[in-house]
Amino acid sequence: MSWGSWENFLAMGGYALYVWGSYAVTLALVIAELALLALRKRNAVERIR
Amino acid sequence: MSINWFKYSSPQTFFPLAGKLALGFGVLAFLACGVGLYLGFFVAPTDAQQGESYRIIFIHVPAAWMSMFLYVVMAFWAGLGLAFNTRLSGMMASAIAPTGALFTFISLWTGSFWGKPTWGTWWVWDARLTSELILLFLYFGFMALQAAIDDPRRADKAGAVLALVGVVNVPIIYFSVKWWNTLHQGASVSLSKAPSMAAVMLAGMLVMAFGFWFYSIAAVLLRARCIMLERERSSEWAGQYARGAA
Amino acid sequence: MSALRSVIFRDLLLAARRSSDVLTVVLFFVIVVSLFPLGIGPEPQLLRTVAPGVLWVAALLASMLALNRVFAADHADGTLEQMMLGATPLGMVVAAKVFAHWLVSGLPLVLISPVLALQFDLPQELLGVLVLSLALGTPVLSLIGAIGAALTLGLRGAGALLSLLVLPLYVPVLIIGAGAAESAASGLGGHAQLFLLGAMLIFAGAFAPWAAAVALRISIE
Repeated sequence: MSWGSWENFLAMGGYALYVWGSYAVTLALVIAELALLALRKRNAVERIR
Repeated sequence: MSINWFKYSSPQTFFPLAGKLALGFGVLAFLACGVGLYLGFFVAPTDAQQGESYRIIFIHVPAAWMSMFLYVVMAFWAGLGLAFNTRLSGMMASAIAPTGALFTFISLWTGSFWGKPTWGTWWVWDARLTSELILLFLYFGFMALQAAIDDPRRADKAGAVLALVGVVNVPIIYFSVKWWNTLHQGASVSLSKAPSMAAVMLAGMLVMAFGFWFYSIAAVLLRARCIMLERERSSEWAGQYARGAA
Repeated sequence: MSALRSVIFRDLLLAARRSSDVLTVVLFFVIVVSLFPLGIGPEPQLLRTVAPGVLWVAALLASMLALNRVFAADHADGTLEQMMLGATPLGMVVAAKVFAHWLVSGLPLVLISPVLALQFDLPQELLGVLVLSLALGTPVLSLIGAIGAALTLGLRGAGALLSLLVLPLYVPVLIIGAGAAESAASGLGGHAQLFLLGAMLIFAGAFAPWAAAVALRISIE
């Protein structure tokens, strides 16, 4: 599958909003989950001390 | 040679193991998703009918699979904890719920974003999306019930009953929604009909599914560690860890 | 058996003394059903189409409102613990209480539903299917709801939490229950759904009291 150019890849055949909207939200949620976990661990350790 | 199966059933011994496993599975998840995304964007061809919008399935379908799989696993651990009164099993069930809810939400969001260019509306009442929505409510119910109960042992057991009742109901809910959908819509609208699968599309989906699975294991283990630290905070090993983690 | 009979009679007697509770549930049902035409417009064909669904949703919500009362009163005055310690299996006691609860909060809805269906100009042939679907379905709702009531016993915010727990589990009953009259309306006949509702009733009757009993023991340590 060759896209030809960066612009083509980013445009996703006109469906950029839908494709990148999906992938971006997924990535954001995964990062949020990991960040919340790090915060939770830090708070738990703080409570112990 | 007899294996001591119960060695890791205490939080104290499981805690360090969970940490190492989380790291290992996290790396595997990163690699698997990398491969999956490469397959999805640089190997799989453009679809004749749906153009590039179909590429959302590389997240949508694996997320949906994980959301259902995680619910069953959660019910399994919860049931184990209820039957054998083991603390760690209940902690695992509680650790799984938020990640399961996350994948359910991702499945709904991507389903909606896939439905808009394909069917013209941001929401379609097809069988799978509707079932996913109800599954999200089931996850929220589990989390809300556990949050409302102060005593962790009662919370574990009550959640377990709810999860087990839920897991029995998930197939019933799915089939009744499927029936409802075909009765009312003539089965023409279905997001589960992905473009007829070229092998490479299926491969991409499967690899992403593994990637999500490894990620789930890592996230759940990390959350289980937090729960262990919270619940066992007055124990010796937790104190040592907290001082050492400075 | 006589123990169960006395449980049922006791619950009915207590309900009779506080008859306002019963009437509130019925009135809620009537009011909610009346709200829908106000919300969606009085066009007769539209109302005929939505009638089974509206009546089912309203019955579902009304019976859910009453769920808190299955165990709450007995829990408050200590009778529930006595029942748990007694000789009769807790599952059977729960079944008896749920039956009494349905007699008081479910059956009245079933009985008044034909009158409300006429408000929506539901054709006469469909009335029977609708009433039968509610008669089979509302006990299932009470049985499933009892599990939720047992799990949330004594918790703060129990009412809203109970709804969140129980509504997803109600979905199959709603789909099949409302589907019965809808299928009958489209000429396919509602038999399949009615049989399924019957099967659900048997399944729920067998397992829900036991699950609720387990939940009760967890809630009252």
